[in-house]
Amino acid sequence: MNPTVQALRNKFQGAIGRGAVSCGDTIVYVKAANLSEVMAFLKEWPDQEYNYLVDITAVEYRDPERPLEMVYELFSMARRAQLRVKVELDKSDELVVDSLVPLWNGANWLEREVYDMFGVRFAGHPDLRRILMWETYAEGHPLRKDFPLRGRFSRAEQVRQALNANPEAHYSMEEISIAEAYHEIPAEMRERLARGERGKLAEPENS
Amino acid sequence: MGTKRTIELEVATSGVDAQGKATRVPLGVADQTGVGILTDREEPALGGDHMLVNIGPQHPATHGVLRLVVELDGEVVVRVIPHIGYLHSGFEKLGEYRYYNQIVPLTDRMDYLAPMSNNVCLALAVEKLMGIEITERCKVLRVIACELSRIISHLVWLGTTSIDLGAFTPFLWCFQERERVYNLQEMWTGARLTTSLTRVGGLMADIPDGFTEGVREFCATLPKTMDETDRLLTRNGIWCARMQDIGILTAEEAINYSLSGPMLRASGVPYDVRKDRPYLDYETYDFEVPIGEKGDVYDRYLCRFEEMRQSVRILEQALDRLPDGPINVDDSRVSLPPKSEAMSDMEAMIFHFKQVMDGIEAPVGEAYMPIEGPKGELGYYFVSDGTAKPVRFRVRPPAFINLASLPKMAEGHLLSDLIAINASVDIVMGEVDR
Repeated sequence: MNPTVQALRNKFQGAIGRGAVSCGDTIVYVKAANLSEVMAFLKEWPDQEYNYLVDITAVEYRDPERPLEMVYELFSMARRAQLRVKVELDKSDELVVDSLVPLWNGANWLEREVYDMFGVRFAGHPDLRRILMWETYAEGHPLRKDFPLRGRFSRAEQVRQALNANPEAHYSMEEISIAEAYHEIPAEMRERLARGERGKLAEPENS
Repeated sequence: MGTKRTIELEVATSGVDAQGKATRVPLGVADQTGVGILTDREEPALGGDHMLVNIGPQHPATHGVLRLVVELDGEVVVRVIPHIGYLHSGFEKLGEYRYYNQIVPLTDRMDYLAPMSNNVCLALAVEKLMGIEITERCKVLRVIACELSRIISHLVWLGTTSIDLGAFTPFLWCFQERERVYNLQEMWTGARLTTSLTRVGGLMADIPDGFTEGVREFCATLPKTMDETDRLLTRNGIWCARMQDIGILTAEEAINYSLSGPMLRASGVPYDVRKDRPYLDYETYDFEVPIGEKGDVYDRYLCRFEEMRQSVRILEQALDRLPDGPINVDDSRVSLPPKSEAMSDMEAMIFHFKQVMDGIEAPVGEAYMPIEGPKGELGYYFVSDGTAKPVRFRVRPPAFINLASLPKMAEGHLLSDLIAINASVDIVMGEVDR
């Protein structure tokens, strides 16, 4: 087992759960509340130097009793060492975990994907939007086990929604706000937005 | 960042005086200044409203169905907001409903410019999960598959990038060379694009007669085409001007953005999965890993170009050492018995039936297997609960993660540079969207 697990135990004691080895890879469980500090330690502490965030993903098991797991794959380029950090999230609670974007910019899209596919929210993420599914997608989070393979809506309903989508549905609220700043939004689109049909638009100043 | 350029003009140049100012100007302007020559005056402030420009998803320069919403101040990019997912096919969800060998065709369709390296990565991941050691011949053949994939992927990258930057000829040369590899793929697997080459524990077929000669011939002709392309592009003024000092990422930024492959190495980080986390006995091959100095688009071009030459070296070494022997492991859990035995021997028939009907059962556990794909670190992550279908099938998509750095790189550059930067990421939307 990777000696980092023991180093983590010494440093963080109760925040570190069990360690395991599977197929030669070391896995260590961390409490959700301590994720940021543990990751900052792993990234910046001289003996650790896990500077490369390889991947972020989540796993939901077929057994509904088992918690959902966040999976962080780390690699130290200097030491050529691998470590997989896992965080267990109880499915009966709200699925929230700290965002790692302050540590790694590469976490940005990876966390957006996990949010999109599993519905896990990341506290402190600068731009937590859906990424692979479109932003007005209403069927849920596709990689959850309770999500049927063919989707929740019928094909006819999916087509109907796609054809009825307003033009603003193809733009993020960030983009709409850029257009709004330069008065480029047509009146009818503005009305729909004001009714809250596509998120909320900030009230224009002194108009 | 740009170097200061001075233009020397002869005094006699018509219409321009010794200082390079126009001597003739439109009448209205001449009247105002009274002397007929523009005086030194401030450029009028043209900054004003920003423009929101939508590029894609069906724009040829976005290399697939990528959509970029660009906020422009004049011609300068203020912000890029990429929209992806137009090619989302739910491969990861589908994989949870498939036997391990049934996932192989899904991987063809992810990085469809280099299907064989995807196949190899999937097989290696499942083998790691099951603890299977593959045969020597299979290892060498998989190395050949991976390196051929790298070459054709880089050829497509070079061709399409040159089109984006206005050079048409290299595109035709690159695609001509790529056709040769497609002929080889067709010889080996029967398919030009969707190869489905590997199976857990081996390959779907051994190489046919004439294949090694075909690869050797390709190894001989490719460097010629590359030398020609090299002469046409590497010191070409337009090519350099469009690429140098564009989209720079420092080594720290590149690591911070989790970049991999040529994108990371162009920034000067010598990380190559083949060297740092060897698989398929890559540590026994003699090859170099090119790295860049500045981390701009031009360095990425040079890195990919050199990688193709190194791949040719690996291919030649692999052909030299290709051993005889079986391609599939002798393990009744994963390898189908020979057809003749399955028809005559009761036990062999049961194994055959079990494998086809119930799939291959992987033990409880999980495995992450990275390989150096053409785009970067391609990783397959499997979680198994002991049944024949994975609980979680995850792909670490290098193109997706590399693309996430696009907004950072394009900031402050011209709109035309955005096209060069986007080309330098080397995305393939099948993999970005999965």
